[in-house]
Amino acid sequence: MAVYSQKAFKNLCSIASTMRGAPKIPIVILVMVFMTAIFAPLIAPHSPTVGSLPDRMMPPFWAKGGSLNYPMGTDALGRDMLSRVIVGTRISLSIALLAVFFAGSIGTIVGLVSGYFGGPIDVFLMRMVDIALSIPLILLAIILAAALGVSFTNIIVVIVLLLWPYYARQVRGETLSIKERDFVLLARVANCSHTRIIWRHILPNVVPSLLVLATLQAAFVILVESSLSFLGVGIPPPAPAWGLMVGEGRVYLATALWLSFWPGLAIFLTVLSMNLFGDWLRDRLDPKLRQI
Amino acid sequence: MQRYLFGRFLQALFSLFVLLTIVFFAARLTGDPVALLVGEMATREQVEKLRAYYGLDKPMHVQYMLYLSHLARGDLGRSIVTSRRVTTLVVQRLGASLELLAAALLLSLTVGLVTGVYCAVNRGNRFDLLGRIFAVIGQSLPVFWLGLILMLVFAVWLRLLPTCGRGGLSHLILPAVTLACGLSAGILRLTRSSMLDILSTEYIKLARIKGLSELIVIWKHAVKNGLIPVVTYFAVLLANLVAGAIVTETVFAWPGFGQLIMQAVIHRDFPLIQGIVLFVGSFVLLANVLVDILYTFLDPRIRYN
Repeated sequence: MAVYSQKAFKNLCSIASTMRGAPKIPIVILVMVFMTAIFAPLIAPHSPTVGSLPDRMMPPFWAKGGSLNYPMGTDALGRDMLSRVIVGTRISLSIALLAVFFAGSIGTIVGLVSGYFGGPIDVFLMRMVDIALSIPLILLAIILAAALGVSFTNIIVVIVLLLWPYYARQVRGETLSIKERDFVLLARVANCSHTRIIWRHILPNVVPSLLVLATLQAAFVILVESSLSFLGVGIPPPAPAWGLMVGEGRVYLATALWLSFWPGLAIFLTVLSMNLFGDWLRDRLDPKLRQI
Repeated sequence: MQRYLFGRFLQALFSLFVLLTIVFFAARLTGDPVALLVGEMATREQVEKLRAYYGLDKPMHVQYMLYLSHLARGDLGRSIVTSRRVTTLVVQRLGASLELLAAALLLSLTVGLVTGVYCAVNRGNRFDLLGRIFAVIGQSLPVFWLGLILMLVFAVWLRLLPTCGRGGLSHLILPAVTLACGLSAGILRLTRSSMLDILSTEYIKLARIKGLSELIVIWKHAVKNGLIPVVTYFAVLLANLVAGAIVTETVFAWPGFGQLIMQAVIHRDFPLIQGIVLFVGSFVLLANVLVDILYTFLDPRIRYN
């Protein structure tokens, strides 16, 4: 038991030393965003979906007519903006995590198989990736969202369809070079099965760049999801999705700026922190990996 | 080379075919457009008659074959909502969308490339820092929010520019800047990082030793190779640009494809949806093929056999 706890302590120390030099402000923001997402219902002072009509369209607390009861103001239905932004964190983050997880898994499997086996499988799979990358997928996303109906699950399906080719291409490229390395050749000489070689010898070497890609993609997913919600083909109302809130507040832009300002700021800060953290991670783990 | 291009072209055609097929069936999953069209008071016969008129009563695969055969003859059909030819509707919007895309592309290429090269050359100084801050902020701003904020500041508060719609150059500025922001940030980062690699290579050192002026070393010798990653990612950049254009058009009520497709999807206007996807899809795929050709000019090492 003692051995295990010592090991765990060592692991913790190594993680801590890896994190040295990480950008502090983005990490603080990200931790806050994650905490907010986890404890959203406990933190939110009001209901995000039920408003009180007498209190509708109240400005933030510092403006004339504002109240500390609603620090960020209220929307056209008297719902508390702060509570909506807080609960919205949960929606954006869970979509980002799930979409990146599924797209990453599919893409990694395709990339590993394609790169490792080569030949006709590789040609076929990479042709599919080429096609998927060249199709303007936002069109497809809008139509699929309309076809499947707008819901939490459907938006994830649509975004997974959009993302997997990036992982496939990245993983394939790395697999191609890793599989020529000596330790893989040795594993083959030692009569390891293909599954074992892929799982135990190649995959662990692809993980660093997968982590980088996943962090940066999570930021991208939040942008795509909020765009789709803004257009009305993402998360359906009355859920407090950030993109949807900006879209709803758009009509009142000149008179009630706070309606679209806060959720937009939340998107911006979250995405910015993820991008900064991802950049740092990339420089740290894989300086060769380029990103747009 | 010719053989490669021919193959590349065939592949683009195949992609387009896959896209159109998915859209054809996905659109039909959205429901019955006639139900939206006639309202609640229509009798059963009226509904049946309309369905037959638009060919929606036939089995799905028959509709699909009919669609393909019409398409092969260049007939995109008529819009279910307005009864006008899809080709006419799309061509009407083509100008507006292309104008916005071209302006945004020009702006982001100029800003992104020039700033990217400049940042790389002056690595580590204040200008480089500013450029990098701009790049990471530009990539993190949601297009629709940026559009709204710009609209609020420049159109509502300062009253310098019109809020929305299409007109002269003044109408174009806000949407083009909104759309170009994210793209120029992406191009800046790519250019900067690839230029940094190039500037430390031997052949650049040689060019400097030869006594060439710094201007020629950077803008002639280095940039030529530094542009290759930008060209490589152009397909992805273009897909992002089209996505951003749909959002930007919605924000600024720009009368292009973006608005048209949102309306078409809401009204389940199948022929119109298919028509727009055909046009936008061909545009993106054709651009991809052109990029591949451009590639061989930029980098003679890439010869397609």
